[in-house]
Amino acid sequence: MKTTERLHIRPGAANLEKFSATLQELASHDRQVVVVCSDSRGSGKLVPFGKQFPEQLVEVGIAEQNLVGIAAGLASCGKNVFAVSPACFLTARSFEQIKNDVAYSDNPVNLIGISAGVSYGALGSTHHSLHDFAALRAVNNLTIVAPADNYETEMAIRQAADLASPVYLRFGKKAMPFLSDTPDFRLGKGRTIRAGTDAVILATGETVYPSLLAAIRLEQQYQWQVGVISMHTIKPLDEDLLEEVGKKYPAVLTVEEHSIYGGLGEACAAFFMQRGHTPRFKIMGIPDEYTVTGSQKEIFEHYGISESGIAGALVHLLH
Amino acid sequence: MTDKQLQLKSLELRKKTLQYIKQAGAGHTGGSLSCLDILHVLYRDVLRVGPENFHDPDRDRYIQSKGHSVEALYVVLADNGFFPFSELDTLCRYQSHFIGHPTRKVPGIEQNTGALGHGLPLSVGTALAGKMDQKPYRVFTLLGDGELLEGSNWEAAMAAAHYQLDNLTAILDYNKLQITGPVEEVLHSGPLPEKWKAFGWEVREVDGHDIGALRKALHSVPFVKGKPSFLIAHTLKGKGVSFMENTLKWHHGVPSDEEYLLAIKELEDQQKALLV
Repeated sequence: MKTTERLHIRPGAANLEKFSATLQELASHDRQVVVVCSDSRGSGKLVPFGKQFPEQLVEVGIAEQNLVGIAAGLASCGKNVFAVSPACFLTARSFEQIKNDVAYSDNPVNLIGISAGVSYGALGSTHHSLHDFAALRAVNNLTIVAPADNYETEMAIRQAADLASPVYLRFGKKAMPFLSDTPDFRLGKGRTIRAGTDAVILATGETVYPSLLAAIRLEQQYQWQVGVISMHTIKPLDEDLLEEVGKKYPAVLTVEEHSIYGGLGEACAAFFMQRGHTPRFKIMGIPDEYTVTGSQKEIFEHYGISESGIAGALVHLLH
Repeated sequence: MTDKQLQLKSLELRKKTLQYIKQAGAGHTGGSLSCLDILHVLYRDVLRVGPENFHDPDRDRYIQSKGHSVEALYVVLADNGFFPFSELDTLCRYQSHFIGHPTRKVPGIEQNTGALGHGLPLSVGTALAGKMDQKPYRVFTLLGDGELLEGSNWEAAMAAAHYQLDNLTAILDYNKLQITGPVEEVLHSGPLPEKWKAFGWEVREVDGHDIGALRKALHSVPFVKGKPSFLIAHTLKGKGVSFMENTLKWHHGVPSDEEYLLAIKELEDQQKALLV
């Protein structure tokens, strides 16, 4: 029997689908909700949104710098703006606009990075965003979020819409199962998917799911109780939760669809070190090399971001 | 105010600009002096905005894209009552809000600018919001000629024409010098009127130091209904001080004591000549 069958994990849609459905629902009772696209409404699953609310969708064409600048201008006039573009372009080409026009000028834009990480797989590194957490963590006045499943995605979008400060939210396009039935999502607060004692996995975005499968496998194989926490908010870090983690767990593994540099792992490492916690510690992500070619699944497996790879990393960490 | 009164005041504001740059020991002298008449006319005669209605959603917006010429903007804002001139004594000092580029911590400033090529996209978004909500406000932005080499301006230019933003006016402070040398030598960027026309804007040209002509041009926006307006204001970098005019070193040169006194005397002489 597969681990997923034993888990009774409910299947879900792609977080991208949940994002567009949520946005459509928000726009239906708030005319101030505006989507800005850079020829990205198809990739953002926003064609139905554009048909239903043509007055609430602004198309800027393939011009991501302009996308963010215009979004900031709209937000300064009270629009609840969602600037939607592939994460790779949004956070690299428009980095200066995010830094100055959104964050520094405090225009509360919701920056939505679609097909984030290595979602675009074989399209190659031009289309990957493995730098976005690192780059944006160094920008003041920006909440950074990577939801794990459909529930987290919907809640993150709703809470971002209500937030009076800028948000960067990124997700992929692969169908994700619901990882927990506990309705406990709050921006800035990590979400415990599974409790544990022997070790904990701090994961974010689409890597939470294989982390959960790995934790279950380790229980079956070794009777280890491995906790899994969805650290959907990369910034601000949930320091209260990390403090508990630092006190409670002898081993911590972080997993992210991002460079091993500058993301969730290094943020947690810095926190533990400065608080005097010294668990056994490992960062899993995409190493600092030319990323292997292949689909998202193949890239994940190549770098061990899979049920067996994560379980193996924990075995290594605990022995 | 009459044109002559505004001219006299412009000379006074030039003196203030030099005074604060001298005090701070830093500033973009040449560009501030080239755009000062434009800003003065905008705030005294064109923009429907002041300290009393700065938070009114229907106010006119001015976004200074060439943020480095902030000293002229500070002086004009102070002259319009947004804050007392005395606050400018803190220019570029530790913990002052009055830094070398505009920030929203200063009353009257709409957006934090300074990196070039950002003001026009911000202005397009602001103008677009006005159109979406059928607001009466207009949006004005000031661009530098060297700044036009930034590609983001041209992205925004296309979007403004596409969305027929006739509530948007971009003014070019066309002083023809940038930090390295003449704009045309650094990188050929013309012909500007033809380029902006081709991008779907209605273009006019004006002497950027002729107060009457500036008033007339800025009161006639939109130049054409359904199109964004582009006003090329021909200006002189360092305008008003003979040894600063059209001279590269005054891009961000700070006058010595002797140069400062000389500059103030020149401006005072011009004031006297106007009063005769």
